Amino acid sequence: MNITDLFQRGEFVVSAEVGPPKGFHIDHLLEEAKTYLNTITAINVTDNQSSVMRLGSLAMCKALKDEGLTPIFQLTCRDRNRIALQSDLLSAAMFGIENLLLLTGDHTRMGDHPQSKPVFDLDSVSLIHAVKKLETGEDLGGSKLIGEPPKFAKGAVVSPCSDSVDAQLAKMERKVKAGADYFQTQAVYEPEKFIKFMEKAKQFGKPVQLGIVIPKSVGMAKFMNDNVAGIHVPQEMIEELKKDKEKTKAGITGVEIAARIIKECKPYCQGVHIMALGWESKVPNLLAQAEI
Amino acid sequence: MLITQLKPKDAIVSLVGGKTFIINCQGCKEVCFPEKEAAEIQKELVANGNVTGIITTDYICDPENMRLRLQKHKDKIEDADMVLVFSCGVGVQTVAEYFEDKKVCTGCDTYPLPGFQGVTPLTYDCNQCGECYLNYTGGICPITACSKSLVNGQCGGSKNGKCEVDNDMECGWERIYRRLEKIGRLDMLSCPTQVRNFATDEE
Repeated sequence: MNITDLFQRGEFVVSAEVGPPKGFHIDHLLEEAKTYLNTITAINVTDNQSSVMRLGSLAMCKALKDEGLTPIFQLTCRDRNRIALQSDLLSAAMFGIENLLLLTGDHTRMGDHPQSKPVFDLDSVSLIHAVKKLETGEDLGGSKLIGEPPKFAKGAVVSPCSDSVDAQLAKMERKVKAGADYFQTQAVYEPEKFIKFMEKAKQFGKPVQLGIVIPKSVGMAKFMNDNVAGIHVPQEMIEELKKDKEKTKAGITGVEIAARIIKECKPYCQGVHIMALGWESKVPNLLAQAEI
Repeated sequence: MLITQLKPKDAIVSLVGGKTFIINCQGCKEVCFPEKEAAEIQKELVANGNVTGIITTDYICDPENMRLRLQKHKDKIEDADMVLVFSCGVGVQTVAEYFEDKKVCTGCDTYPLPGFQGVTPLTYDCNQCGECYLNYTGGICPITACSKSLVNGQCGGSKNGKCEVDNDMECGWERIYRRLEKIGRLDMLSCPTQVRNFATDEE
């Protein structure tokens, strides 16, 4: 299923995220995905997220697809040069994986192999350009592909609550020009900022999925505020998480907050992307509370 | 040793919009500079009637030295809409920093050659990538100012204007954005998608 078709039909597209493990045993992950994520449209599979070495995104996408789920293949430019990236894109096409999320990727220094060589032969924009080129039947080197060219839904990311939002919009425009079909955003905790951003972003005419990370604890909120780019959890939300420790621990407060954000932003966007970070079991309840 | 090579003539001609002041830097003995070709193309630019002045000097990579050299030509520079520099990447970046409100462009690409690299005081880095991006970025080098050497804009990794890799380092692309805003050239950000050519390293 190509998710751009759904956007075109005006559907509110819901996706969630699965992070492959450090290891190759995925039975419980598949079980979780089948149990909690079977009603949503698509599932992102992260690509060595946070520069930590894990099972490959492509293999996990294939496993999800075999279970009848719709994967979104996340592909970063950190670990592969343009030959490997294009090769993996062809592999994805062969597996019938139609949805992509194309990113620059965190620096190798951020992860568990800080000694490794960061590649960044391409970046998010030139990677979108490369996919677009493959879709015309030609690779970046100018050689023709044999047979019918692949066709993908080309996703990209944008950070609506970043402290340099105008620069983010400029980058978003570059991605649109390069061929991006849809966007997923960094986690949003400030709906008013998101709505303001969307007022400017709607000029590009591309569907945008609101990014949601369920806040699990006060510590997590503070950690994100100090360390994660483009995320700011407002103080009153932190107070809300502080108020009832048991309720927060059970995930009830976090889900309430996330549902509220989704409801507030829903009229301004075309979908939602939930990064549950291990709380996949809470996704159905979150969607119910958000009335999706 | 470095080789500075002229950008294609069309590229240089298309850079020149409005009145232009030209700086040639021929200081380093370690830098191979295309003197004849540069003079030829500058003659053509003069014939088009848009050049307010040309100087040939040395070591513009040294900010103090550059300031002294340029002071004498203050009027001609003020009269110009842009400054076109024929030098290595370090020289162009030094000039761009000095004229923070003026558009500064480079007419050259800088390539490396094995051997002694000269004695330039490296306030600004040039990786000698062979396809100088300074014309797209307001004179701030994305190859050296960005930890990932991105050429199509910033990643999502900067927090409070600092790079995700190094908290002491300002995000190069946020610097570029602010600079382009200041010189009124944010339109440069909608240039075509850049795909780096790593084959230039081998020359």
